[in-house]
Formats: sequence, structure tokens, C-alpha cells
Amino acid sequence: MDLSLKVWRQAGPDAVGGFKSYEAKGISPEASFLEMLDDVNEHLNEAGEDPIAFDHDCREGICGMCGVMINGDPHGPQSGTATCQLHMRKFNDGDSITIEPWRASSMPVIRDLIVDRSAFDRIIEAGGYISINTGAAPDANIIAVPKEAAEAAMDAASCIGCAACVAACPNSAANLFTAAKIQHLNLLPQGQPERFTRTVAMVETMEEYFGSCTNHGECESACPKNISIDFIAWMNRDYVKAQFKTFQKTGQ
Amino acid sequence: MGLIRKMNMDQEQTEPFLSSGEPSGPIETRWDNHRFATKLVNPANKRKYEIIVIGTGLAGASAAATFGELGYRVKAFTFHDSARRAHSIAAQGGINAAKNYPNDGDSIYRLFYDTVKGGDYRSRESNVYRLAQVSNEIVDQATAQGVPFAREYGGLLDNRSFGGAQVSRTFYARGQTGQQLLLGAYQSLSRQVSAGTVELHTRSEMLEIVVKDDRAVGVVMRDLTTGEVSSHSAHAVVLATGGYSNVFYLSTNAMASNTTAIWRAHRKGAYFANPCYTQIHPTCIPASDEHQSKLTLMSESLRNDGRIWVPLDPEDARPPNDIPQAERDYYLERQYPAFGNLVPRDVASRAAMRMIDENRGVGPLKNGVYLDFKSAIDRLGKNRIEERYGNLFEMYERITDENPYEVPMRIYPAPHYTMGGLWVDYNLMTSVPGLYSIGEANFSDHGANRLGASALMQGLADGYFVLPYTIGQYLSDYLNTDPVATDDDAFVEVETEVKERNARFLAIGGTRSVDHFHRELGKVMIEYCGLVRSREGLEKAISEIRTIKQEFWTDLRILGDSDSLNQSLERAGRVADFIELAELMCRDAIDREESCGGHFRVEHQTNDGEARRDDENFSFVSAWEWTGEDTPQVRRTEPLEFEYVALSQRSYK
Ligand SMILES: Cc1cc2nc3c(=O)[nH]c(=O)nc-3n(C[C@H](O)[C@H](O)[C@H](O)COP(=O)(O)OP(=O)(O)OC[C@H]3O[C@@H](n4cnc5c(N)ncnc54)[C@H](O)[C@@H]3O)c2cc1C
Ligand code: FES
Repeated sequence: MDLSLKVWRQAGPDAVGGFKSYEAKGISPEASFLEMLDDVNEHLNEAGEDPIAFDHDCREGICGMCGVMINGDPHGPQSGTATCQLHMRKFNDGDSITIEPWRASSMPVIRDLIVDRSAFDRIIEAGGYISINTGAAPDANIIAVPKEAAEAAMDAASCIGCAACVAACPNSAANLFTAAKIQHLNLLPQGQPERFTRTVAMVETMEEYFGSCTNHGECESACPKNISIDFIAWMNRDYVKAQFKTFQKTGQ
Repeated sequence: MGLIRKMNMDQEQTEPFLSSGEPSGPIETRWDNHRFATKLVNPANKRKYEIIVIGTGLAGASAAATFGELGYRVKAFTFHDSARRAHSIAAQGGINAAKNYPNDGDSIYRLFYDTVKGGDYRSRESNVYRLAQVSNEIVDQATAQGVPFAREYGGLLDNRSFGGAQVSRTFYARGQTGQQLLLGAYQSLSRQVSAGTVELHTRSEMLEIVVKDDRAVGVVMRDLTTGEVSSHSAHAVVLATGGYSNVFYLSTNAMASNTTAIWRAHRKGAYFANPCYTQIHPTCIPASDEHQSKLTLMSESLRNDGRIWVPLDPEDARPPNDIPQAERDYYLERQYPAFGNLVPRDVASRAAMRMIDENRGVGPLKNGVYLDFKSAIDRLGKNRIEERYGNLFEMYERITDENPYEVPMRIYPAPHYTMGGLWVDYNLMTSVPGLYSIGEANFSDHGANRLGASALMQGLADGYFVLPYTIGQYLSDYLNTDPVATDDDAFVEVETEVKERNARFLAIGGTRSVDHFHRELGKVMIEYCGLVRSREGLEKAISEIRTIKQEFWTDLRILGDSDSLNQSLERAGRVADFIELAELMCRDAIDREESCGGHFRVEHQTNDGEARRDDENFSFVSAWEWTGEDTPQVRRTEPLEFEYVALSQRSYK
């Protein structure tokens, strides 16, 4: 199939960026979206033009490294699918495709389609862990965890940290990411001792970097892992509870 | 025997064998005794030491976090944009531990035994026993970190059985075990970053190690966003940089996985052990065309419930569901009645390859075999299957556009894991004092073939529970010494080397992209140094690799500069190193005149086509020593002794 691409090119963080048009010809419908870009790059290199820089690694939707806006949609048209798992058979011969990086002031462009997502790491550093040192753990079966709780925690923990939620949000909020990270731990018995301090620390760090959530829900539909916005409600509930003195004094 | 001799770099030339430094005595007591005999660094002194950790996959993140908790000052580096990403994140199936929760007869000894046997008797018994011992602590640790392992209805942990094991000892988190374990380690690491014990550098690639007075004193890094080259020194350097399956171009590894860190270390004196031991995994999605950039693994756990078959008649073109039972060949169940579809990976891969060679492959390119869930769905119901494999089925459908609940999956073997890597002693130290290697980057523990769910176990064992103890032995000699200053000549020289090498790539100005050379290299390697090898083929491969190398250095085209983000330049360095490694892999494969585990030489097989080991002549580790640009590496050997697991021909019949 043949496609017309409009791709965001930007030489560096401080450079002025802009769209450039490219033709992608003879692309196999079996190719993935990133394989299509590989092919375009191969031709650019031949023609003496710098290849398009984009992030990717696992190419199977698990590492969260890839992610671009495709015709205005984070990760493109197929729901529950990361850019690397999108296949060209989802497009039609002759289509025009606009490809841009995530847009959010907290995630500046590094080059072309690559952005800096390190603000996510700052949120985790603020409290996205259970404070336990290596070697101090009790036998794994000492604490029984209701299967439902383990499943719900796993649903939250499936987040791949790609930042499509931020890119989708009109306010560039990171609530879905932060909520998923908080609730993964808050839903488990192991996470209870730090439940309220964790929630406050992570929410406040999130607010330092990202915009405020006004319940658009765009994040949920953009998420390649279908993470539910219910987690945001849970996070908000824990955040409110954490303001009460009883919780602050007893930690539970 | 002579294995307890202490390593002595000066004497080495005259000593015939490499010494592992493993302890002696009853195997159950070795690790305990060794820990007791190892010098400790007292808690107040730990902060006087600096340790560099390269790589923040499972092995690196767990080590860096643990060092930080202990009070060492740590600098950790990864070329990923966050420590939450690494190839480790893609591991699907699970992690082994000898907990015996299901009460089905497992024990530390059995896990040890299975791993030595599964490795086809080419691993160190002492290491493997230690691995089995600490396996239980890993599961405790991960659970306490909040890793959401699968649970039974009673709330306790669930287990499943995994390729090659007759007990259920595999812990899993849906099909995302590696992701969840890595997030656990990343979270612990983040806690140390926020505590200030670990300084973390992302998008930062190690391009050289620096050796002074015969010990590792630091590294030279390139910042991938700015292109800046900088030196970092420490009392010890740890390489946790993963495996080299991408030497085959198409593999199940993440695109960025590469050999550069360990290869550069090899060139600076670290021995490279068993480079030819590579694992080709039986359950991957077959390639659809030549544009394919990587292969996707379908977790081996699928073999627990899926049945593998091909049509009896090579000409049978009917859709799979129209082929009656009597006209199907469930070849693994037929050939290996005791293990059936659960034979180890190497056995399953070669069997699939034989089917395809006999022209009995299925799918449009006839390059796959069926993995069929029909009988499992009939037996357990679709819900149960969905619960177990839902996300894998979804992934398969996304890639192939076929629904595995209704049509059998098609699978084919693909390069997946490398058992070879830097040679390390029992303390996980390479042949360069002060330089350590952990996780898939080293050669330890898996022998010639790795069993399923044991790489995660080994990476985390090394990082959480082994290296944090053993590193004290070396460090204690350097108390109250400063790391070598980074303006020392040793660093300046290496920095210059690194800059010059990058300038060289940019100056070639040829016509071909770096991916072109990578693909060419991959074709040669999979053909001649893949599942099946022969002396003749390997010799041919070496000559073709040399041609590729020569063309690479004259016809490569890398655009842009080295002072900004330049992904082609990054790949050029990695592919240049893969090319050199490829030749060593072939030489090692020629040198090892036997078949064992993932290394199958056509010249060495039994009448029914199974691998034939030669224990009399090849019961050793090959450790290759770099001797300079223009002279071939020299092989050193570490003899292997089997006191506990009696040598026998593996049989899964
Ligand atoms: C698809 C797939 C599924 C798997 N499933 C399982 C399973 O179910 N069970 C199991 O036990 N094993 C499994 N494995 C194997 C297992 O995942 C790996 O062996 C293991 O995760 C390797 O971990 P590691 O920490 O050694 O290396 P990696 O995870 O590869 O980490 C390497 C790290 O080093 C960094 N790095 C590398 N080079 C440099 C450099 N030069 N400079 C700076 N940083 C560098 C990278 O950024 C990264 O952080 C699977 C493997 C694959 C491919
Ligand atoms: S490349 Fe890993 S999620 Fe897309």
C-alpha cells in the first residue's frame, strides 16, 4: 500500500519544529506501524536526509517506550493497542497519516517524535514503592491476599508508563498514570502501612509537573492497556481520607 | 580438585585451568560457608565505596537498589529513558522457586538437579545449588514489594508447571511476570534514588570500561540526548547489560538489546565464556515477510495446555480444524511420551525444525507448526483458558489477525536467550578484578541450555542475594582509597578512543544503512550458527562475517553528528560489536566438537537424531581471552565436575 505521511521534525529540544511530508510506498499490510517508519527511514538514509527519530524497544506493547500521535490519536486508531502493535492493515491504501510526538509542557520534545517522560519517574520516586529492604521479607504465603484484590492490583499494575494518557488529556493531566501506580500498591495488604503517605506524596508531585484532571475521560480511551478511570476515583478517595487527622496519626 | 585455587592474575599464564573459586564441602553448606568466609564491609564503611552499575534490568536494578540499601554510594546507568524499561519487562511466563507450595515433591535439591540436567551438564554445580537456595527468598522479596502474583481463591500464591519441569514451581503474574518483577525492582531502586544513595543516569550508554593496573576503575559513557562523552570512576563496576540474541537480527529480544557493554569489556580483558550457547525458543510467531523487525514470543506456558501438531500428509492443505485427529501428527507426544509437549526448549525447537525441513510446516509460508487449544478448551472451558492466557491470545490475534480460541496458533522457533556471556567466578567477578557481571550478561548457571522461568530467577538472585554479599571480598582491600580520578591518563585515553570511534562511523560516508549490515549478519548467523551447526557451515559463516565486516567499515552511511541524539550512530557501534562477537561465536561452535543443549552439531548426534555430548573431552567451560585486534582469541578452560548430579544422557522419552 502507498501512504502520504506528514511527520513532525525537530532537531533538538530548543530547535523550532515543523511538519515534513514523505511518501511511504509499497508498504506491506502485514507490517507494523513502526516497521513502516523503519522503511521510510531506510529511504531517507539513502536520500541523504536524517532518519526520523522515534522511541521504541520491545515492539510488543509491554515496555511503554513507543508512542506517537497518529492523526491526532495517541497510539492511533485501534483501541487498547500501543503504536508498536498497530498494523498497517488498519489503514487503507492511499491514506494520509499525520504523525506527531506527545504534546505536553511537562514532556518536552527531545528530537522529532521523542519526548522526555522523566516526570513520571519523579512521581514514583516520591512514594511509588513499598519500603522494604532486600532480605527483610517474610515468607510469601504468610499474608493471604483476596484473589479479587490481587486481580485488581494487577489491572492497575499493567500500566506501561507510555504517557498516552497525558497526551490524550486536554489538560495534560497525569491522573490515570498516577492513580494506577498508587492503587496497584494501595489495593494490596502489603501496601497498607504507607497507603496515605504514599497517596499524598505522589499526588502532590504529580501536581508539580502536570495539569489538573477535569474528568474528560480521554485518558481511558487512549490507554493501550485499557486502564480504568475508576482508579482515579479510588485515588481521590484515598487522597481525601489522608487529610483526616485520624489517618495521619494512625496511618490506617 | 584444583578448583579452589585462588585467582592470581600474574600466575594465570602458567596455570592450565581457570579457577572458579567455588567453595568445597557438602553442596548444601557451600554458600553459607562461603558467606561466612567472605570479608565483610562494616556498615559505617560502606558509604566510603562507590559502585557503578551498568544496566537497570532485573539484575542491575535489584543490585543497585540493594547496594543503596546497604549504604554503598551507587551510580546506575541505563540507555533506556527510564529504569522501568528494560528487555526484562517482556518476560511473560514466570519465575521459578523451590517453595513446594503445591506439595508435589519439589525441593531445593530438585530445582538444583533439574537445572543442572536441563543445562545439559555444562554448568557449575555450586552456582546452581546457590541459585536454587536463594530462589525462595526472591519470591518472598517480590511479594513483599507488592508484585501482584497470581493467587488461588484462598488467597495464597498459585503455581504452574513450565517447560522441562515435572513439578509446579513457577510463580507468575498473568502473562506479565517480567514486567511486574521489574517494576518491583524499579520501585525499590526509585526509593534509593529518592534517599540519595543511588544516582541514576538514563539515556546514557556505556561505551568502554576503563582498566588501570589490571583492575576495573570506571567507565566511559555517552549521553544519548546530548552526545556528551564523560568518564565515571568507582571502586567496582558491575555489568548487568543483558544478552546478545540480537546478533541474529531477528530475535525475541527488545530492539535495543545488544552486546556492546560486555564486548567492550571483553576487549579490555574480560573472558567471554561459551559464546556459542544460545537458546532458540520453540514458541514464537513465525515471520510474515522480510520486513519483519523482530519476532514475538508466545510464552512457553502455552505448552501446558496447547498441543503441538502438524498434518501427517505434507500435501494436506485443509484448514486445521478440518483435519481429522487421525490425520494429525502430535509429534512431541509421539516421540517423547514422558514429557510430551513439555520437553525442554532445545528439544522442542529442533523437533519443529525437523517437521519444517520435512516440508510438513503449516501457514502461508509453511514456516510454522500448530499449537492447538481445542482439547484444553473442551476440558477446562474457554473462561479458564482466557484467565490463564487471555493477554497472550490477544497479542497473537493482534499480530496475525487470527483468533486462537477458534483456530490453532502457528508457532516457530526463534533466537531468544544467550547462555554464554562474560566468564565470572563464584563471586560473579569477571577475569578483570573489580569488574562484575550479573544477569543474562554473564555465563553462569544455565550451562548449555536454560530452563523456562529461570532467567528471571537468576537475574534477581545475582542482584538481590549474591553480589551484595560477594562484592565485599574485593572491596574490603580498598578501604580508605579513593577511586581513580577521571582526569587520570587511563580515562583520558579511553575517552579519546570513544570519540574517535564515533567520528570514524560518521566519516565512512558509504551507501548502506546500519540495519542493512545487521540484517545480513543475522541471516548468516541463523543459517550457520542457529539451531543446527556443522564445521563446514561455521567455516563458511566466518568467511562471510569477515566480508560483512569489511563492507561495514567501508560502505556504512551514518548521517548527522555525534553531538546530539543520533539513533543510527548508536546502532552503528552496537552492530560493529555484534559483527566481532559473531565470529567468536562461530569459532567457539567449531571448537566444541560435541552437541550439548542449545549447541547442536550435526557431526555429533545419536542414530535417532538426539544430541550427543562428549563428557570425556568437553566437560568444561570455554573462556575466550582477547589477545589484540589482529590475533584470534585464546581459549582458556574451566573444568566442570559433577559430584551430585550424575552425568547421563538427557532423555525425555
Ligand atoms: C520475550 C521474552 C520472554 C521471556 N520470558 C521469560 C520468562 O518467562 N521467565 C524467565 O525466567 N525468563 C524469561 N526471559 C528471559 C529474561 O527476560 C531475560 O533473560 C532477563 O530479563 C534479562 O535480564 P537482565 O537484567 O540480565 O538484562 P536486561 O533486562 O536486558 O537489562 C539490560 C539493561 O542494561 C542496559 N544496558 C545494556 N547495555 C548498556 C550499555 N552499553 N550502557 C548502558 N546501559 C546498558 C539496558 O538499558 C537495560 O537496563 C524472556 C525473554 C524474552 C525475550
Ligand atoms: S515498543 Fe514497547 S510498548 Fe511499544
